[in-house]
Amino acid sequence: MIAEIGHYALTLAFFVALAQTAVPLYGAARRDRALMAFAGPAASAQFLLIAISFGALTHAYLTSDFSVANVAENSHSLKPLLYKISGVWGNHEGSMLFWVLILALFGFAVAAFGSQLPDSLKARVISIQGMIGLAFLAFILLTSNPFERLDPAPLDGRDLNPLLQDPGLAFHPPMLYVGYVGFSLAFSFAMAALIEGKVDPAWARWVRPWTLGAWTFLTAGITLGSWWAYYELGWGGWWFWDPVENASFMPWLAGTALLHSAIVVEKRDALKAWTILLAIVTFSLSLMGTFLVRSGILTSVHAFAVDPERGLFILGILIVAVGGSLTLFAVRAPALKASGLFAPVSREGGLVLNNLILSVATATVFIGTLYPLFLDAMTGDKVSVGAPFFNATFVPVMIPLLVLLALGPLLPWKRGNLRVAVEKLWVSALFTVVVAGGILVLSDEAPLAPVLGFGFAAWVAGGVVTELAERIRLFRIPVGESLRRLVKLPGAAYGMSLAHIGIAIFICGATGETNWTRELVVVAKPGDSMTLGQYELVLDDLSRIQGPNYYSDTATLSVTKNGEPFAVLDPERRLYPVQQMPTTEAAIRSGIAGDLYVAIGEGNAADGIIVRVWVKPLVPWIWAGAMIMVLGGLFSLSDRRLRVGAPKRSAKRPGGPAVAEGAD
Amino acid sequence: MIRHSILGLVLICLTLPVLAVEPAEMLKDPALEARARELSKEVRCLVCQNQSIDDSNAGLAKDLRVLLRERLVAGDSDAEIKEFLVERYGDFVLLKPPVKASTYVLWYGPLAVGVLGAIGVAVFLLRRRGGKAEDVAPAPLSDEEQRRIAALLDEQDRKA
Repeated sequence: MIAEIGHYALTLAFFVALAQTAVPLYGAARRDRALMAFAGPAASAQFLLIAISFGALTHAYLTSDFSVANVAENSHSLKPLLYKISGVWGNHEGSMLFWVLILALFGFAVAAFGSQLPDSLKARVISIQGMIGLAFLAFILLTSNPFERLDPAPLDGRDLNPLLQDPGLAFHPPMLYVGYVGFSLAFSFAMAALIEGKVDPAWARWVRPWTLGAWTFLTAGITLGSWWAYYELGWGGWWFWDPVENASFMPWLAGTALLHSAIVVEKRDALKAWTILLAIVTFSLSLMGTFLVRSGILTSVHAFAVDPERGLFILGILIVAVGGSLTLFAVRAPALKASGLFAPVSREGGLVLNNLILSVATATVFIGTLYPLFLDAMTGDKVSVGAPFFNATFVPVMIPLLVLLALGPLLPWKRGNLRVAVEKLWVSALFTVVVAGGILVLSDEAPLAPVLGFGFAAWVAGGVVTELAERIRLFRIPVGESLRRLVKLPGAAYGMSLAHIGIAIFICGATGETNWTRELVVVAKPGDSMTLGQYELVLDDLSRIQGPNYYSDTATLSVTKNGEPFAVLDPERRLYPVQQMPTTEAAIRSGIAGDLYVAIGEGNAADGIIVRVWVKPLVPWIWAGAMIMVLGGLFSLSDRRLRVGAPKRSAKRPGGPAVAEGAD
Repeated sequence: MIRHSILGLVLICLTLPVLAVEPAEMLKDPALEARARELSKEVRCLVCQNQSIDDSNAGLAKDLRVLLRERLVAGDSDAEIKEFLVERYGDFVLLKPPVKASTYVLWYGPLAVGVLGAIGVAVFLLRRRGGKAEDVAPAPLSDEEQRRIAALLDEQDRKA
């Protein structure tokens, strides 16, 4: 019964989306306030209905209602509670339902928090948001109904893929989805602005926090996915340039570019058409990612051809969305007049260059991900494009961006002097030379990659510190005064510094892991010992343990570092009997200097088991750097200048803005 | 159904990774073994999705690892081994495709985007600098905006 309510609510949501699309759009064209005012309640109703539907599916999972086909295929009565919940979005149908839930949530957010938006803009944004919802609700209802019943119901379910039964992956999809579905709002704002024929700094002030929010979640989502791959897949890699990863990385790159170009629109009233185009491209890449992942085209072009229904449907949505938005752009963009003038050497100029490089980077990933599919479909030729290709192409593209990253923020708006800015970077240059020189002296073999990697990280970090020092006029005014300025810096300034320093930290981690990882693979029996670098590991014991829905072979290793007791590690090999699938659970001891990573393979006490040991220097810096970028996003979001509604609220309170800020 | 079996195949590749490069396969000569490892990172496990034979545990990946080491011991150069693999399995076996007519777009596409983009940016920046002031005057405010400004100013006056 509850499943039927869910299905019914979803169908109803489709019709609400239909009205949400048509009525406000028509109302805005007619300047009819009553019709425009329909947008808000419609968006709220749509969110409510989809939330009911999602709640119904969650209920079916929690109660293990195996008469619902989706639950029977992806759950099991013995599965731990967390994975019963995460199982809701751990499959095709449920994840699409989750997709529209987030979409509707963003539409609802505009309705709820957009009271400061001009009526017509608000109506149009919500209408476009409804249009996207309409397409995906139709997709779910027609091709991917999560509420389909089974008769007779099976006694138990087929369980969730054990690889997905992991806390990291339970939260990875929601983060990722909030991220790339969040870009839908930038898209809706762009479409609405094109229809209105007007883009101004106020528009950018509304768009930027939403884009920033989406970007922050996407960054966190990608990081979580990478971390999961690192500890769960059991061979210590953290980024594979897999098409599925690229599908989320492309919107991230384009979204990063969008974030920067929106600043120029907001502060300088320039780059309008380009920013609109980026908003379209960013969300189109999100849609394309959904298509790539959901159509099955990645596993093989032929698998797609055999069962093309879902794939073609999303492809249709993609074509209509991209084609429609670009057509609208072509027609209306020439009408967008820019007012802000600037010289090539200026903050604006730097941000244009940032956008150029990020666009080329996006194109590199795009071509690398899609070209093999294209070639196969056109000629039947098969090529593989894997990590070695991307390392050879993507990394060089990003290097100029790192050089620019230190310089750009030091350039003033409108017109700058390159020499003055470069001279400010002397501390940064010195730091770079010291770090690169230090690496050169310390490393004994093939030092070029680490020298470059740490050198650029030092350059970026130095640039961030220099920019901050300039901002607070360090050593030019009394230090106390500088500190006072530091404390009073706006959230957005902290946000930028944190996000940029996060990149430097990330580069250190990536460089350290890639160049300095050491590995040991041995067959060991209980009592055997092995040595890698400063570590000595002794295999103490092998035992079989019974988990809630799996068996586990657990090895116990005691580790000493330079002869001192260091850790006891217990890597596992699990077998999930329902799916007849083994997984590895690596044992990792993390520290600021790096990880000691141990995983075991098949075997038994008598013949020995395969033990793999890695020492991975600086690995935690990869995720720390990314999380600092997320923190930067949050800081920037907390900047009250970004929240358009804030001045009005604070004006009503006595005591002025300072008090209101604390109370917010 | 087909989708399921392919997914199954992919998952087999993913889940037994610890078996990738077993101790028994490794060569005695550490320099040769290091070359083998580097080389295997560029060779695709043909039955897996986007995995090198260095990472994969699939039977075929193991066969390729052993084969690759046999060629190394026989004294082949890295290029010769790649050539040998491509002859048997096609370009598909290399994770970094060779540069040739059918992959020009792949290799030079990003470069073309970069060059075209750079030209576009250069033209844009130079025009921007030479633009006349009247071309870029801010759009006049609409009636509604005028009203809102008036309302905001009123509100401020009242507060003061």
